[in-house]
This record gives sequence, structure tokens and C-alpha cells, in this order.
Amino acid sequence: MTNLWLVIQREYLTRVRRKSFILATLLMPLGMAVFIVVVQFIFTYGNDEQQRIAVVDEDGIFNNVLPDSKNIYFKFRQDPLETLKANMADDTSYNAILVVPSVRNPRAKDFRVEYFSDEPLALDTELAISRRVEKAMRKYKTRALELDERAIAALETDVDIKARKVTVAEGEDDDTSMAGIIGAGLGSIMGFMMYLSIFIYGMMVMRSVMEEKMNRIVEVVISSVRPTTLLLGKIVGVGAVGLTQVVAWMILIPGVLFLVSLIFGFDPEATQQMQAGSAASQIDPDEMQSMIERAISGLDEMNWWVIIPCFLIYFLAGYFMYAAMFAAIGSAMGDDMGEGQSLTLVVILPVILGFYIMMAALQAPNSSLAVGSSFMPLFAPIVMPARLPFGPPAWQIVGSLLITIAFAAFMVWLAGRIYRVGILSYGKKSTLKDMMGWVFSKY
Amino acid sequence: MSAPIISVDTVRKVYGEKVAVDDVSFAMPPDAILGLLGPNGAGKTSLIRMITTITAPDSGKIYFNGEPLSGYHPTQIGYLPEERGLYKKMYVGEHLLYLARLKGLSKADATTRAKDWLEKFGLDNQWDRKVEELSKGMQQQVQFIATVIHDPKLLILDEPFSGLDPVNATRMRKEILRLHAAGTGIIFSTHRMEQVEELCEYIVLINNGAKILEGKVADIRRRFQDDKYHLEFEGELPAKLGERYELLNPTPAGVDIQLKDGQKANDLLRLLLDNDVHIVGFQELLPSLNEVFIKQVTQLDPTNTNPFDTSE
Repeated sequence: MTNLWLVIQREYLTRVRRKSFILATLLMPLGMAVFIVVVQFIFTYGNDEQQRIAVVDEDGIFNNVLPDSKNIYFKFRQDPLETLKANMADDTSYNAILVVPSVRNPRAKDFRVEYFSDEPLALDTELAISRRVEKAMRKYKTRALELDERAIAALETDVDIKARKVTVAEGEDDDTSMAGIIGAGLGSIMGFMMYLSIFIYGMMVMRSVMEEKMNRIVEVVISSVRPTTLLLGKIVGVGAVGLTQVVAWMILIPGVLFLVSLIFGFDPEATQQMQAGSAASQIDPDEMQSMIERAISGLDEMNWWVIIPCFLIYFLAGYFMYAAMFAAIGSAMGDDMGEGQSLTLVVILPVILGFYIMMAALQAPNSSLAVGSSFMPLFAPIVMPARLPFGPPAWQIVGSLLITIAFAAFMVWLAGRIYRVGILSYGKKSTLKDMMGWVFSKY
Repeated sequence: MSAPIISVDTVRKVYGEKVAVDDVSFAMPPDAILGLLGPNGAGKTSLIRMITTITAPDSGKIYFNGEPLSGYHPTQIGYLPEERGLYKKMYVGEHLLYLARLKGLSKADATTRAKDWLEKFGLDNQWDRKVEELSKGMQQQVQFIATVIHDPKLLILDEPFSGLDPVNATRMRKEILRLHAAGTGIIFSTHRMEQVEELCEYIVLINNGAKILEGKVADIRRRFQDDKYHLEFEGELPAKLGERYELLNPTPAGVDIQLKDGQKANDLLRLLLDNDVHIVGFQELLPSLNEVFIKQVTQLDPTNTNPFDTSE
């Protein structure tokens, strides 16, 4: 027990104080902040070239009104098109001409305007022009067809589905409208965290095993510590390193984002608008308010007493399971890292498969694929956390947990069997078949 | 008489098809460094790994001070493996503390001892340096300190001199002898026979996993003496000598003479005296351990000519 503690301490301390660890922990949030700032910059950059467009509107259907948009200025001209074209090179007040033809049939859906310029039409200019013209046409058509503006507005309906539970426990809100969205969000965060942790820290355990083998220190150590103790100490120690890093990030990332928003005037709404396009910007504040309220109440409704402990157990079991597998493979590798790459595939493949199943499970948390994978211990730690917010039946949670825990324990045992032989076999490349042999070899 | 520090009783270890250790028995003699000898792949390391409890025998028993080997005994053993190294990123002092505490020392105890040992090796200002910054020779000294820091009752050294420069080798030899004099049992494993002759009084020879010879070095060499004499002389040797005896490695001033069955050294001397040969020196040639080993192996298995052709 003392030795296990010593091993954990060493694994933890020597890693945490490494420059590479400190840099990664600090630079990752900074990198993220820089990334966000840069991405925001790129997206808002757009076209800074000024477009001055002369508009020829012979029939005056736009009433001389076409609102300017960013860097695009419309100027109605009475000159005939040919004059404008001829003068374009000398007249600096415009660099493009937009010709709006007369409207023969106000009921026609298609409408074509002509754009004259020696420069090719940029994509965002094209979008801006067509948007302006569409709006202007709408006004014109409403007038021409003598329609009621309010009646047209009434044609559009926002449909909102209020989902309610049928069997309601006492004191429970029957509103489940937000559960799907919140569940998907929460589930994807948890599933993704599992996936990343398995990869980053599982690999770290593997490298640690290989390093000990290559440094030739391992035989000295196992002459005083049982190999299983060493393996366990390694997994726990590296796990603690991972936890430290994740906690540091959880504090640093929001902190850095906050700072960045202060310094660069970063406006989260702006990004949202960019991503969602113009549709999102049209949500009126009242609706936004009620959505946020419902989201909060939806979060409130989440069964945190089930989700958090279950997530932690899956997290630990998943980490132990995969870290043990990585350790076993690390112990079997020769001195040449490249040689063993194909072996790591055995572990990486199920992780990636699990990740894709998780994505599918977010769409349909109760599909037979999702339910089935919850009972496959290699996938369960990745898939099940994503399903938890959707409130899967208790028997599935319990069954999946039991299978996962049992399998994780089995994996640690199995890895221990492989590890104790692997770390002492120098020089030769080991195959999966060899490793299976080691499991059953006497000690 | 107390029980020997280590006694090995018909221990057997099989890896797959290969019998690594084949029913080997021996006991540590009191007051002697035990040399475990054999070519590469003979099973020395397999045997040592069982004594250090890294692996367990398939059958047979190992006793430490008369008790069957248990999980407690590693704290009494210091093991310097052939494949040895250090954590490159750790600090020297911290590294020594870690290994010492794994052997059951308290933190305070480990600190004092580590400092004492570093001072003894002239490394006292290296405490806060990283292992990777040390020279190779210094690293080897740190490894040795880590092996002996917990004052083991038994010290097992597997090829301790491989890769050591002469200065370090001498220092380590001196330390080994000092520890031996202080009562530490020492097992010294190597395939370099000449090193054994310098340090060990007692040897166990193994080949292909099996023990083929055991005993005091002097006794063994005597047992394998095969009537070979070295003669140093001045002047000419009579022609008759070459006719009657087999002469080996003749030089102007000396020759080795091999006696055949029935020939006696006294007769040889008499012949030399009768012929007025000026004898400067005359001595029996004892075989080197190398020769003993080859002889014994070929005697047991005539198809095996020289197991040492793998020697470094």
C-alpha cells in the first residue's frame, strides 16, 4: 500500500512539474482564446472594398429607395444605361451599374436584374444586392397587388412544440420541451470529454510504460514493487494528472474567454448571429427570454443525482479500462515506437467507433444501436454518458454500469498479466498472439 | 551454524518451450562472494529474477536466511540488473529517495543515507541536478548507490562492470569488497570469467539452464589441472625433451609442457637436470576458469565446442 502511494506520487509529481505539462495546461486556453479571436476577425472581416452602384430604375418601382448596406452604396441615376456605361471609366462616383427592368407581371416569381461592371461580382456583394432587391420587390408587390401588409405578416407562423409527460411524479414539472436539446448538448459534452480523456491520458500511460522500459529502470523498480502495483500506480497517477489538467482548464478557459471579451470587445451574440445567419437575429428579445427561462428550468429538471455520479463512474471505469489496454500495449512494444503503432490500433479503433456511436446516440438515444452499445463495455463509457441526460430506463443504467465496471476490472487484471511479462522482454517485437500467450503464462 | 543467506532448492523455470532454469540447487557459502557464471542465455538472469522475487519458480523453493522467500524479502535485497537505468527527468536526490523508500526506508532515513552515499562518491553537489544532466559514469554511480542504500543483507550484481570505465570499475570493486567485509552476502553474475577470478572465491557454473559445476575457485582449478607445467629457462633445450613430451607455446625463454598419462613431473625435471638445462622457473599451470568451463561443457556435451564464442 505504501509502495502504491509512492508510485502514484512519483507518477503525478514528475509529470505535473514538467515544462511541457505546464505549458500545455496554460497554453491550451490561451490558444483557444487566440483561435476564437482570429476566427471572429476572419468572419467579420468580409469585404472592405467599397462598392458604389449606380441604379437604373426606369419604371421607378423602387421609388428611389434601396437602402445601403455595409460598404455597398446605391445611387439612383436618371441617365440612360449607355451613357453610364460610357462614363464608367471617368466617373468615380460609381463602379458598377444595376439595371432594374420594368415589371410586366407582379405575380411572377422570378425577377432578373442586370449588373454591369468590369470587375467580377463578389459573392457577398451578390448576396447583399439580391437581399436588398428582394426586400424592395416585396414592398413593390404589396403595393402593386394591393395587399394588406399585416395580413402577409400573419401568414408566417412560428410553431413551438410543448412536450409534456403523461405520468408525472409529484412536484415534477410535466414540461419536457427542452429536454431533447439540453440532453443533446449535455450528452455531447460528456461524451466528447470521455473520448478526449481516453485518448490523451491513455496515451500518456502508454508512453510512461514505454519510457520505463526503454530507460531500463523498470527491472530495478519491480525488484521492490509488484508489477501490478506499479501498473496501478501509474494509471492512478496519470489519471490524477489528467484530472488536474481538466480542472485547470475548467477554471482557465472561461476565465481567459472573459478576459478576451473584455480586451477585444468580444460579443458572443455576434458570433451566434454569424453562425445562425440572419434568421437568428430576428428572434425577438421576449422569445429569447422565455427560451432561456425554459432552458434553465430544463436544466433544473435534469436528474443530476443520477447523471453526475453515473458520469463519474463511467469516466473512471472508461479511463481505467482503456489506460490498462494502452499500458499493456506499451509494455509489449519494443524500443522502436514506430514498430508498435499497429498495435495501438487495437485500442484506438474501439474508441473511435464508440465516438461515432455516441454521435448517433445523441440523435436517437433509444435506438437499438444506442441501447445495444450501452451493454458493450468497450463502447459503454463513451456512449452511455451521452444517453444519460435523456433519462434511459434504470435497468439499462444499472446493467450497463455493472458490465462496464466488471469489464474494467477484468481489463486491469488482463493488462497486469501482459505487463509483467512485457516489461521484461527486451529487443524483440511482440505480436498480439504473444501477448495472449503472456496472459496465460505462469509468473 | 546459521542458515545460508540464500539457498536454492531444485528450482525450475520454463518459458514456453525453453527451459530457462533446469532444477538448479546451490547455497550461498558463508564468507564468500558467490560467482554465478555462464555464457549469455545460460539462465543467470532468469535465476536472479526468481531470487529477487520478480518472478516465481515453476517448481522448487528458494530460502532467504532459511525462510521461504516472501514479499517482505525484497527490502533485504539490493539488485543491480544487467539492464539498468534511471528516470531521466527526475532529480538525483529525489530519485534516490524514491528507490530507497520503495525499499521501506523512512523519508528522513533515506535522505541522510542518500546524502552520505553521494558524499562518499564525490557527488554531494549533484543532489538537485537532473539525472539526464549527469555523465554516464555518474549515472552508474547513482545506480549503484540506489542498489545499496537500504543496507541490504544480500546484494545481487548482474554484469556490474559492463560499460563501466576503469575508474568507476575500480571504485565499485572496492565498494563491493568493503560491503563483503562488512558481512553483506554478494552474488555476482557474469559471463566474463576473468572478472570472477578476481572477486569470487566460490562459483556456480551454469549452462543451458543447468548447473554444471560448483565449488571453490581454487578447488575447481585444481580439480581440472591436467598435468601442464610452465618452464622458464636459459640456453638450449635438449632435443630429447621434444621427443618425449608435448611442448606448447615455445618461446626463447619459456615453454609449456603437457604431460601425458603416466608421465610424472619429477621425471621431467630429472631429464632437464641431467641435460644441464638452466632452470629459471618451473610451475604447474592451473587452467583458467574459461578453460575449465569449456572442458566441462564439452565433457558433458561433446557436440558443444565453444559456448563462449558469443562473448563481448
